[in-house]
Amino acid sequence: MITKRIIPCLDIRDGRVVKGVNFSTLQDVSDPVSLARRYSDEGADELVFYDITASYEGRSLFTDVLRAVASEIFIPLTVGGGISSVDDFDRVLKCGADKVSVNSGAIRDPALISAAAKKYGSQCVVLSADVKRVDGGYRVFSHGGRVDTGMDAVEWIRRGVSLGAGEVVLNSIDTDGVKKGFDIEMLNALQVDVPVIASGGAGCEEDFIRLFREAPGADAGLAASIFHYGEVSIRELKEKLHAAGVPVRRIA
Amino acid sequence: MTAIVDYGVGNLFSLRSSLLALHEETAVTSDPAEIHAADRVILPGVGAFGDAAEKLRGSGLDRTVIEEAASGKPLLGICLGMQLLFERGFEFGTHAGLGLLKGDIVPMQGTIPPGLKIPQMGWNALTVKRPHPLLRSVREGDCVYFVHSFYADGCEDSLIAVTEYGREMTAVAAKDNVMGCQFHPEKSGKVGLGILKAFCEL
Repeated sequence: MITKRIIPCLDIRDGRVVKGVNFSTLQDVSDPVSLARRYSDEGADELVFYDITASYEGRSLFTDVLRAVASEIFIPLTVGGGISSVDDFDRVLKCGADKVSVNSGAIRDPALISAAAKKYGSQCVVLSADVKRVDGGYRVFSHGGRVDTGMDAVEWIRRGVSLGAGEVVLNSIDTDGVKKGFDIEMLNALQVDVPVIASGGAGCEEDFIRLFREAPGADAGLAASIFHYGEVSIRELKEKLHAAGVPVRRIA
Repeated sequence: MTAIVDYGVGNLFSLRSSLLALHEETAVTSDPAEIHAADRVILPGVGAFGDAAEKLRGSGLDRTVIEEAASGKPLLGICLGMQLLFERGFEFGTHAGLGLLKGDIVPMQGTIPPGLKIPQMGWNALTVKRPHPLLRSVREGDCVYFVHSFYADGCEDSLIAVTEYGREMTAVAAKDNVMGCQFHPEKSGKVGLGILKAFCEL
């Protein structure tokens, strides 16, 4: 049986992990390679790297990091942040990324999804959407969740899938950072034929158990700070999920 | 030395890196002489069957791979590279494969229960049907990373391991020196590295 995936997300600025990372056993908590290795050893099923660098120099530091991680850690790597052209896909894929996630870039130019899917295959194109409840509906926001695009989220995501996106990250702005659990209601409002990664709201292990029990369309759960701060250990999380009857890849 | 056949399909960064991490001398190459000089050959691939088969034939490397297989050299196909080892593929029409293994590449669509997503994307467990040196480090229930919408069918004589996705699906096939993994060993953590290491020691 295919397993449900647990995915830590690392924000990278100027080649370093951003956000307080608090691992007493790691000497350099801002080193992306050390952190990626730790997560991989603990049983992370995939890693997501978001490039939040603004400068050109930072961009090349990011690809250096990616190359270093991909040379040592052999699980799937997804890269996002500022992807707005097929050249951007090319740049990160050459450095060892397996999948590339698009968000605002695809909102500006939906043809980016089809162009990238045609060139690299749908399995490589991840549509990431930041979604918030507005006037009783679900609305897509761009620019890191700051700008209301006016688009209906379910329609936009279905359109992205029909253009060739092979996977979807649904990030609920409403639950993000609240740590009261994933947005089950929003996830269940979205029915698509490709894998869906739930993002936003994880606060404890039970939140992942609820996610996979109550949102059957969710194939993976993504989180950042609870893993970084050591509030939830991926190894223990997987054992709890297994005990709760959720199929997961366990680390011996 | 292991030659990774480069025929313009897919991203070979991770595959090369994983072999280097195993301290295996590795060449990513489209040069028949270099492939001939290698101790073993890996045929990678992602994308659509027909397109990849055409690229392999267009480059003339189909002959090289067939010759090296005939010489008894260990050959490992990965993902679409594994599928190309079979006789025919039915993705966007009917296309001839290399015919090194008996069987066809058929779509999941219509052969697995509705509600299961296609492609199968993620980690799934291996069940070994026949012990094989390639899987010597694999234990029952070990998971590996799959991304595919088609699978090898009618390959009972080369079936080594399966995975369950609505039905049993070919995960590893092998006949003599010709082997294939439907999953990505270079993306399957320690289990995958163990399989690549076993291949490099054949």
